[in-house]
Order: sequence, then C-alpha cells, then structure tokens
Amino acid sequence: MPDLDDSFLDLPLERLRDAALSRAAELGCSYADVRVERLRGVYREYRDRALETATDSQTLGLAVRVVREGVWGFASDIALTAEVAARLAERAVATAVVAKPLTPRLVELADEPVHADARWVSAYEIDPFAVEEAEQQARMLELSERLLGAPGVSHSSAALGYVQENKFFANLAGTSTLQQRVRIQPQLTAVHVGETGFASMRTLAPPVGRGWEYLTGTGWDFDAEVAELPGLLAEHVAAPSVTAGRYDLVIDPSNLFLTIHESIGHATELDRALGYEAAYAGSSFATFDQLGSLQYGSPGMHVTGDRTVEHGLATIGYDDEGVQAQSFDLIAGGTLVGYQLNRQMAAEKELGRSNGCAFADSPGHIPMQRMPNVSLQPAEAGPSTAELIAEVRDGIYVVGDRSWSIDMQRYNFQFTGQRFFRIERGRLVGQVKDVAYQATTTDFWRSMEAVGGPETYVLGGAFNCGKGQPGQVAPVSHGCPSALFRRVNVLNTQSEGNQG
Amino acid sequence: MSGATDGATAQELVELALQTATLPTVARLAERWETNLRWAANALTTNGEMHSRTLTVVATAPVEGGTAVATVSREVAGADEVPAVVAAAETAARSGPPSENAAPLVEGREPAPDWAEPPQTTSIEQLGATAEGLGTAFARAAQESHLLYGFAEHIVTTTYLGSSTGLRLRGVQPTGRFEFNGKTADLTASAWVGASTRDFRDVDVAAAYDELRTRLGWAATTFELPAGRYETLLPPGAVADLMIYAYWTANARDAEEGRSVFGAGQGATRIGDSLSPLPLTLRSDPDTPGLQTVPFVDYTASQDGTSWVFDAGLPIEPVAWVTDGVLTDLVRNRAHGAATGLPATPPADNLIMELGPPGSIMAAGLGGHSASLAEMIKNTRRGLLLTCLWYIREVDPERLLLTGLTRDGVYLIEDGEVKGAVNNFRWNESPVELLGRISEVGASEITLCREWNDFFNRTVMPPVRVPDFNMSTVSQAS
Repeated sequence: MPDLDDSFLDLPLERLRDAALSRAAELGCSYADVRVERLRGVYREYRDRALETATDSQTLGLAVRVVREGVWGFASDIALTAEVAARLAERAVATAVVAKPLTPRLVELADEPVHADARWVSAYEIDPFAVEEAEQQARMLELSERLLGAPGVSHSSAALGYVQENKFFANLAGTSTLQQRVRIQPQLTAVHVGETGFASMRTLAPPVGRGWEYLTGTGWDFDAEVAELPGLLAEHVAAPSVTAGRYDLVIDPSNLFLTIHESIGHATELDRALGYEAAYAGSSFATFDQLGSLQYGSPGMHVTGDRTVEHGLATIGYDDEGVQAQSFDLIAGGTLVGYQLNRQMAAEKELGRSNGCAFADSPGHIPMQRMPNVSLQPAEAGPSTAELIAEVRDGIYVVGDRSWSIDMQRYNFQFTGQRFFRIERGRLVGQVKDVAYQATTTDFWRSMEAVGGPETYVLGGAFNCGKGQPGQVAPVSHGCPSALFRRVNVLNTQSEGNQG
Repeated sequence: MSGATDGATAQELVELALQTATLPTVARLAERWETNLRWAANALTTNGEMHSRTLTVVATAPVEGGTAVATVSREVAGADEVPAVVAAAETAARSGPPSENAAPLVEGREPAPDWAEPPQTTSIEQLGATAEGLGTAFARAAQESHLLYGFAEHIVTTTYLGSSTGLRLRGVQPTGRFEFNGKTADLTASAWVGASTRDFRDVDVAAAYDELRTRLGWAATTFELPAGRYETLLPPGAVADLMIYAYWTANARDAEEGRSVFGAGQGATRIGDSLSPLPLTLRSDPDTPGLQTVPFVDYTASQDGTSWVFDAGLPIEPVAWVTDGVLTDLVRNRAHGAATGLPATPPADNLIMELGPPGSIMAAGLGGHSASLAEMIKNTRRGLLLTCLWYIREVDPERLLLTGLTRDGVYLIEDGEVKGAVNNFRWNESPVELLGRISEVGASEITLCREWNDFFNRTVMPPVRVPDFNMSTVSQAS
C-alpha cells in the first residue's frame, strides 16, 4: 500500500497550524480548526477514437474555521504561509461577527477524543498518477475500440477520472490528522444510431476507492463487460416498448445502489431531518420524532452507515471535524434507528458522540454533514439473483442506473436504468425498453419481499453527490444485494410528456 | 488579501506562463473571490469568505496526424509554481493523440484596454445590508409563525487570458444570487422567491419577505388534486430551468451524428424546423443589459460536451437559437464550424426568451406589451400556478424528455383568482416539445432559475401558459 505523498508532507503544515490556531485562540475563539487540503484530479474523455478532453487539475489551500461567542466563522485562501494562516483566523472571526446577530442558538460540539499525530491512507495498489499517460491512453482506447468495432455500434465513448485527496487537519483540542485517499472511475459507452433514432448503453463498473489496478483486472473485469455490451445494446434497440402498469421488480445492485442513495442515504441525514437543507437539497420525511418508530421498510431491511469499508468512496480515517471513522445502523428490522451526524448536531440532539460524517469537498468550503457509505445488508444464506427471479411470475429485472429524480422530502422518486429484462413465470424472456419505475419511498421499501444473499452483494457508488450552498460534491459508495420488490408502478416513458 | 504571496500580479503570472511555454499556449488566470450567508429556521447556519487563484494552461503540440492538446489547472500562490503547470500541460499535450477540435489559436494584436487593471474582489461586508435585512425579517417571521430559510452568495471572478498568439484579455464576472424560502411553523406550506444580482444593492429583503407572506397566505386553503394533465402557468424561473437544459443540449455535432433531440437523421439537423407556432425567440448575448457576461470564450468546455480549448479568447457574438419559433442555430466550435462550413457559435453565459423578433423585449422595455403573470392569472378560468421545478433529470435523450418535481408552492387558479395551494407533483415533459404547446407567452423579465442556479444565473424569461402540462404522479412532499 502506498505511503503518504512526500510532496504533501513537505508543505509547512505545522507552521500553518500553529499560526492559525494561536491567532484564533488570541481572538477568543472557543473552538478552531485548520485544514490544509490538496486535491489532484485527472479527467480524460475519448469520443470514438479521438481524445476529446484532457484535463489535469489541482486544488491546494488552507481553511480556518472558528467558533467565537458561540457563532461559526470561516475563511480560506490558497497561500500557504503563516501570515496568511493568521489572517484567515482573523477573517473567520470577522464572518462570525457579521453572523452574530443572526445566530440565536449558540454552537455546541459533541465531545471527541483527541487523535494526536494520526495518519491514514486508503487501500489501493497502484497510484494512477504514477502510471504513464501512454499506458492509460492505450488501455482506454483499446476498450473503446472494441466497442466501436462491434456490429450495431455507431459511436463509442470512454471516460477516465481519478483523484488523489490529501488532508491535514488540526484543532485547538490537540487532534492532528494526516490522510490520503485515491479513487477512480472508468466508464465506457456504446451508441447506436439507426433510422428511427438512437440509443446508448454503458458499463456498470462502479467508481471505487482503488488505484490503476482497477483497470487491469482487480475488482472488475472490464474486458468481459465490454465484450458483452454491444450484444446487449443490440437487444435493447430491438426490444419492445414496455406496457405501463404494476410489476414485481428484481433490482440488481447496479441499479439499487442509487435508489438507496436517494431514498435512504439522503433521507437519513440529520441536517435534512432538522431542516438545515430545507431551502435547497430539501428536508426528510424521516423526521427526528420518528427515530426508533418509523417503519421504513420490510423487516428484512438492515441498512448501515460506515466510513470504514475497504475501497468505499466515503471511507476515511478521520472526518473533517477530527472524528474517527465508524460504522453504525441506520435502519434495523425495517425501523429507522439512526441518523448521519456531525459534532454540532450530535450535541444539539443529545446523541452522544458524532458518528463522523463531516466532510468538505475542498479547502474553500466549510465542512458539512455528508453521507457515509450507506449500504443495504444482504441476507445471510439469502437467495441468488436467479432464485429471486424464479419467485416472479410477471415482472422486470432492472440492471444499471441511468436517470434519477426524487422530491425534496425524499418521498416520490422515479428511476430508469441501463437495461430491463421481462420476467415471465420465473424466467428472463428478453429485454423491454422505455421503462421507468416510480414509487413513494416507504411504500417501495415495505414492498421488499426478499433480499439476496452475500454472493449478490456489490459495492456501487458515485463520484458526484451534490449538497449544500455553496454546492459541494462528495464521493460515496453504497453496497447492496439484489432484491425483490412486489407490485411497483412502471411507466412507459414514450407515453409520458408530449400531448397525451 | 490579494495578489500572489511573492507579490506577482495576475498579469505577471500569465506572462510568466507564456514566457515559460515552448509550445503554442493559452494561459488563463482566474482570481475568484466569494462570500456567502446561509440561514435556516430564522437563524444563520453558515457563512464564509473565500479566495482562489487558478492558473489554467492549454498547451497544443504537433503530433503525428495533427495537433494534440492538454489542459492543466492548478491553484497557484506564487510565480515559482507557474513553470510546473506549463511543463505538465506540455508533457500531456506531447503524449496525446491528434485532436478533432484542433484549430489555430485565436490571435490578438495588443492588450485589451483594461488588461493592466487589478482583479475585482468581494468580501463579507458586501452582504452587510442583506444581513441586516435578514435580521429584521427573522424577527417579523418569528412573530408571524413563519420560518425563513435561504442563501445569499456573491462571487466576483476576474479572468486574465493570454496566449502565445498575442491575446491579452481581461474579463470581470460578478455573480450574485439571493434565495429566500418561507415556511409555516408546521412546515405544511412553503414558498420561494429568488433573484440574481450583480452586487446585492438591488436585493430588497423586506419586499421578498412580503412576497413570501402573500404566497404563504394563499396556502391557508389547500386542495388535493390527482395526477393528470393541467392547464398550467409556468413562472419565468421555471421556464428558465427548462430552456437552460435545452440550451445545454444544443450541440451541432451531436445533432449531425443523430444522437440528439436536434438531429434529423442522415447527418442533418433540425435547423429550419418550426418548434413553436408562436413567434418565439431564444437567444444569448453577452451585452444584454443587466445580464452582461464575459464577451470572449474563457471556458474550456460547455455543458453540452463541446470542447473550446482551441477557441479561448474567441469573441462571443449574439446568437439567436430560435427565431420566430424556428430553430435557427446550434452550438459549434471553430473546428466543427470549419468542417461543416458554418460559423462558430460559442454560447454566452446567459439566455433570453421573448415573444417577437430578437431584441423586441428590450426595445419595448422589460415587460413589453405582453401580459404580466398577474394578468395571466386573471385570464385563467381553471389551472395551476407553479413556483419552481426541481430535481430535473433527463429520462429520454431522443425527445429530451425530462422529469422533475414541483416545489415550494403549486396553486389552484379558478375564475381568475388564486384559490389555494395544491399538493406537489412529479412531472414528465420535454422542453422542446413544450415549445410547440405553449399557448400564451407573458412579459419577459430578469429571473433566477431554481434548479440550475448553481451553474446558470443570468436569464430573461417570460411566464408561459401550457394547456396540458403532464403531472405524472402526486408527490407527498410539502
């Protein structure tokens, strides 16, 4: 496993910490933290055989956050000098002064043990930044070329993004953490253009907390997936349009992870439940008064939050408030039993220690409560996907994510997918198209009749979960098995819109 | 706090990048200052003041078969960090394949008149009057059992764009947004108003709260309505959210390749097709009063996927995308324009929709001779009035079918009056198909969209009447 990057360690981290925290203390702050953060990113996008986008980016900066007279203040800049660090402490105090008249409820933070000189590096094998450009390009073009050369494929695209994130955090209490993590997202798409229109289908490989090894056989078989994609696209193009109505759905992890993200992940964020996001991302139907009583889903529903799973996109050693990563229950036996927390909300609701869900996506942004890896646990000795399908007389097997939308209280959602297979009398009988499934969150999860076994479990995820104002983007993983849902409303997207 | 830690100015950093470069190069330095306030339930929740300085180097390199390009962006605190950015871009460009977007870099003869001026800034004090207004509004809201939520943000970005072909351009882009959300104490009713602003001097918090009070008053009476097709009045902000998505999709190359709603098959596009029976104009223009944007290409890609790396510094001209209801142009860069014998059409960072020929709304003054939203309400026998569209996502790219929710106030109109609030809905509609079904267009006005205002802030849009808007299912959200 790689070590912490020397070029980050060479930054004057201790000097910045000392300058910012001592100035904050001088100005009477009851709490202060300093965060030095570097984000390196690479993005390549190939359109057919040509390189369409080649972007390398690096964000490096310093942020100081304070609590003074019970009010938050925050300031950040890019200059990594002791003088600037001290001045940021002053500017953070200045924002706290402006905010003071508008802050009737004073900030309190839940206790957290001091973690002095802690270090953590995520689990990956090959640093993608160390792999030659030519080797990366050859691999992506090789995969794209195979799609483009297949019958029925008019165009292909290939995209590769990867990120290295380094954070140094220190606070007045004495916690000091140094961390590094790497994540990668390769994606390939085949496009068919015919006389009657066009269609596309892309790989299901999820983004993961791994390195370049992900593209060379560790964690996913891209060669196998690319080999089957043109045939699946051709079948999709020729498939009949679905008849709208209620169907039993067997949902593959490649689709269900996103439904979990939207209808459970966001709904169990305590800041949403308390209304802090009400004007933007929205609130939650899972209000705090229902903690311990809300029947979220069927009894087989066990959902955890964690920042610890290997290769998870939200996995970290310590969060952006210095809280050590943990694993915890959100839904047990189908009942809401927990929320995602930061230190302020844990104190406000007297929930004890924060479970470590504070995250800022850049040095220019303030940490907020963000989603951990939220995962639906498989049933021990549960059925295979084929066994779930065998239980369905009239249904659809849903594979891959595509379009998603959910309301601001996380009730009503609508999802599409990459491909849909009709199930008749327990057997797959070919694809259908123009499918979207629509439901109310609790109706949907209460209709979950069976959860697949551990062998159906896949860790999916996304690089781009958005929340907050100013907007922040967070990577997050969701593990889940295949699962069976009864009588879910399915739309025909062709008959939606236009003049009825 | 301004300038680099070693005292180098933005212009000096650009010059240093160009002096260091050994290949045809564009260097863009963006100084960004931002400040914000955020509040919930009548109390401030977060605030901040941020500064960043990003150097972007676009290096182009001759390679076998053509010209390759690479873009490297990094925060730079001082001059000593510049050579590494240039070197990284040149290394990446030299190892790249030839680009299909290749074109000679845009040329300039002498520095723009404002090239030597320093970057403009902002600070938390810019929001001082807004904070004061919020304090008063919070007190009023507490007395009236209302809860106020929202966000105020001011960003000023100054761009210095130089090239090895002589460009020396400076662009200043102030961007402000004010979002104000009011709820009743029991959270059963919600209303929203928003405004885009260049400097916050035109933001009237008290007036915005009055508008919220009016709308929360409408919600004192509620109606449950089922899913279905309804005559619907879409306010300007909701129209903006739909039209912006169509704008982002208006890529000529995708259309010619048959993989866009604007494609007509066999390599043809739908340019020349009538999209609306009404004489609608949809256009962008960097000089639009109140919506001025940087008048040259200072981005490397647009939302529709079109690459602009070779076109940095290209002047952005006014373009009418729809004229007299007919699709008249699509977005294309210079390389694609050269390949198809058409001019490049870089998109401005604003969008204007009006009834009549391009510019007619400005000629008549904002509002013109069309009906206001209030007049459209009076002329409605039975229909719905929306506030916002939310969580908009693409369902079917062939038709540009979008889905989303209504949010923060759906109201029932009967006999020319708002009778009360209605439940929210999930909708499925295509903005391109909607253009063909709009039955009335009201007076255009500067508006802030809701869904996309993180990315797109400058629009002039009218309210419109749609006789049969497709509300697909009911949403329980309030």
